[in-house]
Amino acid sequence: MIGLGHYLAVGAILFVIGVLGIFINRKNVIIILMSIELILLSVNINLVAFSSFAHDLVGQVFAMFVLTVAAGEAAIGLAILVVYFRNRGTITVDDINQMKG
Amino acid sequence: MIATFAFYLFAGFVVLGAAMTILSKNPVHSVLWLILSFFNAAGLFVLLGAEFLAMILVIVYVGAVAVLFLFVVMMLDVDFARLRAGFSRYLPFGLALAVVLLAELLLVFSGGSFGISAAAPSHAPVIAGMTNTQALGSLIYTRYVFIFQAAGMVLLTAMIGAIVLTHRQRPGIRKQSIDFQNARTPASAIHVVDAPRGEGVTL
Repeated sequence: MIGLGHYLAVGAILFVIGVLGIFINRKNVIIILMSIELILLSVNINLVAFSSFAHDLVGQVFAMFVLTVAAGEAAIGLAILVVYFRNRGTITVDDINQMKG
Repeated sequence: MIATFAFYLFAGFVVLGAAMTILSKNPVHSVLWLILSFFNAAGLFVLLGAEFLAMILVIVYVGAVAVLFLFVVMMLDVDFARLRAGFSRYLPFGLALAVVLLAELLLVFSGGSFGISAAAPSHAPVIAGMTNTQALGSLIYTRYVFIFQAAGMVLLTAMIGAIVLTHRQRPGIRKQSIDFQNARTPASAIHVVDAPRGEGVTL
């Protein structure tokens, strides 16, 4: 029988894969954005699993809002990426130091 | 029995898709693996009885976000081989960190049942006599209506931001200027000359 722990384990593995993706693709900002999407997906799996097993629909409502924010974040991130590429001709993360932060 | 099989199928493909997303050499392949991952996550949501979210996941992620990624990957002319330099250098440290993080998370999740009876999944709708979509709608349009509208504002801001960021005025482009066209009158546009026979006219 598949219990809550199984879904949480899938969420945990997905989260860790997302973090690992950020680590090993440090230069490719497109893959980093995809890794962030994976992390948000793992959060959604956790929210929906808890919502389903606790018989409380609020978790699914919040998963929907997480989905909204993730979609907006992807759109803005890719827009910034396109503008940056237009100005610099590269998307290497290491070179992003124009603001001297 | 079939639910158990379906869970392991979907979970396996979610993890496989996620792993291949971060490991592929070609970012286009990464996006396609990401799509596979999201499709199977939608399958997991269906197993959990969250059909509406599953469909939203397919529509929003596969239909919009993944295509956006694909569009950007194909539009940018980037030397992706150079971006992969240092991949193997960061791999040992990243793997060590991942193993530690995963062990910690699994330790936490295997510890308690969070006060929830672990083997009572609700494949049926949570509210009796309502489908999942109906129940969700009855919640977000009443108790969470302001958060729902705030989510709409987030999307509006994201849309305006993306347009403002990527829109550019290119110099030297001939564009139609409608107000200038509409402001023209016959008096200003037509010039009548008496042309004498056998001669040219100077305008």
